[in-house]
Amino acid sequence: MTTSLPRRTVLATGSAALLTTGLTLPARAQGIAPTPTMRGGANNYRPGAPIMDRIGGGGFLMTGTVLRAGDGAPIPNARIQMWAHTTEGHERDERSHGATLTDAQGRFQMDMPQIVPAFGQPHGHLAYDADYDDNGFETVFLRPIMASASDTTLDVQFVLVPA
Amino acid sequence: MLRATLIWAALGVALLAPITAAAFSPLLQWREGIYIASGFAGILGMALLLLQPLLAAGDLPGLSPTRSRRIHRITGALLVLAVVGHVAGLWITSPPDVIDVLLFRSPTPFAIWGVIAMWAVFAAALIAALRKRLPLRPTSWRRLHAALVVTVAGGTVAHALLIQGTMEPFTKYALSICVGLAALRIAFIGGMIPRLPFGNASQRTHR
Repeated sequence: MTTSLPRRTVLATGSAALLTTGLTLPARAQGIAPTPTMRGGANNYRPGAPIMDRIGGGGFLMTGTVLRAGDGAPIPNARIQMWAHTTEGHERDERSHGATLTDAQGRFQMDMPQIVPAFGQPHGHLAYDADYDDNGFETVFLRPIMASASDTTLDVQFVLVPA
Repeated sequence: MLRATLIWAALGVALLAPITAAAFSPLLQWREGIYIASGFAGILGMALLLLQPLLAAGDLPGLSPTRSRRIHRITGALLVLAVVGHVAGLWITSPPDVIDVLLFRSPTPFAIWGVIAMWAVFAAALIAALRKRLPLRPTSWRRLHAALVVTVAGGTVAHALLIQGTMEPFTKYALSICVGLAALRIAFIGGMIPRLPFGNASQRTHR
């Protein structure tokens, strides 16, 4: 007998089943799990980019949330830096970097040039760098990948651990 | 004569179409010269993977086996140069990304396939350069070289298919199929596959 479950359904039910098993219970006991630094997240990072309203001409919206690990409380005034290969420059270029602060709800957003595929994937880079922030959390670097190169927004989440 | 012309024309199209199509990629307008050049070095290298088995097998019309083999060696050297140019150009464009790739810690799965293909092509070229000095029987050398270049072909195709880069999708798939078929062709070069002691009654010796 063969069942024809779509692969996505199998993956979804499978991971849902996994989530309810004892394997993840310790993490659940601690509440919201911290976001680990992603591989390659810190590549081409230029520490200390200035806080700005918009990187270059804008047109692409990077949004995100910064929460505290455990209770999931929003972290206001967290400095988040972002950079990417865009229509206006390479990752390494100073003009491709900018930073912003989170609001009272721990949310941030940045208008930046359109991200274009580079090194094989359309992706962005974001940093919470403890050396440039007084909130006292551990440094995290992210390298999120866009679902499609034609996307004009990207939303990310930081869950930070007190240093 | 017509057949020869058609074969060479088809080969020319197969080699040049992916490169020409990539020249129209919208991504090029947002890249610097060295990044663009390293991408094209990669595409050129992949295109040469179609040519190499045909030259080794002496399949191309109008070329004597000796001449075919000599061109195979030149093309092989060109292939190594293309790979070196590809990696060096990417290194100049973004050093940390290439270091991650070479240390097998890149977040991108296609990079691993590229590195595997790179080391396999270097090894294949090295044993070709040292052929006369290696203590290998010609058949063993040939099988080793073939195993390496099949790894190169497979790694390169996986690398290219998984990348969102300057290659235009249709010509990328077409070239991937061509490279795959050319790699398969290697198996039919004389003496490549060991003769099995069963299954082929016509070659069995009877007492």
